[in-house]
Amino acid sequence: MLIKFFFMLRDGGIKVSLTEFLTLLEVLKRRIAGYSVDEFYYLSRACLVKDEALYDRFDQVFAAHFKGIQAIFGDDVAEIPEDWLRKQLELSLSEEEKAQIEALGGWEKLMETLRKRLEEQEKRHQGGSKWIGTGGTSPFGAYGYNPEGMRIGQEGSRNRRAVKVWDRREFRNLDDSVELGTRNLKVALRRLRRFAREGAADELDLHDTIESTARNAGLLDIRMVPERHNAVKVLLFLDIGGSMDDHVRVCEELFSAARGEFKHLEYFYFHNCVYEGVWKDNRRRHSERLPTMDLLHKYAADYKLIFVGDATMSPYEIHYPGGSVEHWNEEAGATWMKRLLDTYPKAIWLNPEPLQRWDYTPSIRMINELMEERMFPLTVRGLEEGMRALG
Amino acid sequence: MTETRFSGTDRYVATEDLMTAVNAAVTLGRPILIKGEPGTGKTQLAEEIARGLDRPLLQWHIKSTTKAQQGLYEYDAVARLRDSQLGDERVHDIANYIVRGPLWEAFDQDLQPVLLIDEIDKADIEFPNDLLRELDRMEFYVYETQQTVVAKHRPIIVITSNNEKELPDAFLRRCFFHYIRFPDHETMREIVDVHYPGLKKELLEEALKAFYGLREVPGLKKKPSTSELLDWLKLLLAEDVPPEALSSDDRRKTLPPLHGALLKNEQDVHLFERLIFLSQREGR
Repeated sequence: MLIKFFFMLRDGGIKVSLTEFLTLLEVLKRRIAGYSVDEFYYLSRACLVKDEALYDRFDQVFAAHFKGIQAIFGDDVAEIPEDWLRKQLELSLSEEEKAQIEALGGWEKLMETLRKRLEEQEKRHQGGSKWIGTGGTSPFGAYGYNPEGMRIGQEGSRNRRAVKVWDRREFRNLDDSVELGTRNLKVALRRLRRFAREGAADELDLHDTIESTARNAGLLDIRMVPERHNAVKVLLFLDIGGSMDDHVRVCEELFSAARGEFKHLEYFYFHNCVYEGVWKDNRRRHSERLPTMDLLHKYAADYKLIFVGDATMSPYEIHYPGGSVEHWNEEAGATWMKRLLDTYPKAIWLNPEPLQRWDYTPSIRMINELMEERMFPLTVRGLEEGMRALG
Repeated sequence: MTETRFSGTDRYVATEDLMTAVNAAVTLGRPILIKGEPGTGKTQLAEEIARGLDRPLLQWHIKSTTKAQQGLYEYDAVARLRDSQLGDERVHDIANYIVRGPLWEAFDQDLQPVLLIDEIDKADIEFPNDLLRELDRMEFYVYETQQTVVAKHRPIIVITSNNEKELPDAFLRRCFFHYIRFPDHETMREIVDVHYPGLKKELLEEALKAFYGLREVPGLKKKPSTSELLDWLKLLLAEDVPPEALSSDDRRKTLPPLHGALLKNEQDVHLFERLIFLSQREGR
């Protein structure tokens, strides 16, 4: 039974090693846990999962594997406090979505259908624990609607019954493609750290001092080295205005994280695509432009290049001279992109648009081609992959 | 025989999953890795395990410059060099210049000790890898004196991490892992109760409401944590703030009293003031 569980976990994307599995068996042999399912759940989680981002996945696999066993523990399902549910939904829905619900026939209808479906489900699973549509295409369901995986229908006090813990999937929002915040971004950016000794020698090099003193027949010979610091240099190009307005918050976070992390950081703004001029201050974007050509000459090739933009524009803006929406550009955006990429071989493009949408937007595909497939989504995971590509 | 099962202490509320993980680690003598939001009591856990099980506690706080070797022992070459210049007799025995690290001290205890390795993610990326064998076999070799140090009892090693760096898989495989999630309303009440037993019920209710309300505010740069809540309560008690001052009606008009204990960032205070301003305008 456990061997099957082991392989299910591995299939589920949790890379459990044999040692970890054997540890779990040893723990079980030593009778640390009693015989309850929840204790087993806690134990196996502590032994097998080493990253809180994977807790959610573990919960899913666990629920799938031990579905039958739960039934033994009985069930307490499906009394949905309607007001509560409605309030939750209202909280998590945008105006648009609310309008869509109205179009579906309004709240009453929705609730009724939901209840009906729940009943059907109850029959099928004998009140099992799987909620309607855990995926999310149906308009109902615990994990589809609310990004935090708020569970519908399990009341507060009952929740504390640990048997149900894995089905609550509380760690849902830690799955690493969702959450963003300055701190997370900083952590991701840290991958790019390269410590190097540069500058004035102001630290005692103990090892070398001892060695040269020994060579010097015991007469003290002090050796100094420069201090270690992060030597990575970054040029950050930020798309601003227009369709980027939706992504202002995440860009702000990235920007402040990057400012904290890199000692050598230069940032510039552009609109949609890079042309012959960029700017550093959005209030004076028309009066104080910096020629892109000057940047190419000013910053050495060891700078790493990071574009941030949704790359959502008309294809003309990339491929035709004069295609820019703002001004007359003598040369096409693609030409300027190529120049930048030729000068700075280490480059990536971070895109705040969700990955699913990339294929439907021709300009994203074009930019991605220009970038030689080095476009990454602006999520923690995307950022980590991007940093790896830069490193 | 001393106590071998940890079940929280009179000043530390441990959830069931945390207790299970700790007990597994204690029984097998393997390290336990603790992660979680700042201020959820990761470091305190080690102290409380030591207290709860009545074991000695050794602490090793990691900084960005800490090397794995320092945990085992250090060879104080400079002292020896100085002594040699002064013609001190001690210089002939190298053992005089071997300074023991926390891991050695832990291996040498007569009673199974608790060793806290705090904030392991602060160290260099290779740091955990350098400790693999030591944590696995609980022994190491002292090159200078040609001796092998073996643990008398496998210490209970508690490692905390703030996730600033990813830890290598080989290291993770040897640890138990637990993520302390942010306590829910009920657990929080227990925690506060442990720290301030005499707290007026109404004040606590209002304070918790204000606190969780604050955590819900979107866009805060730093969400207030458990330890900040406890500090805030201490202040409220010291100032003798009546519960009514915290009630939600008031909160729409002003910042909660003594908010400096909860909001540590002037942007956050501005954001909060802006939200209050907006809600006031709506209310009119």
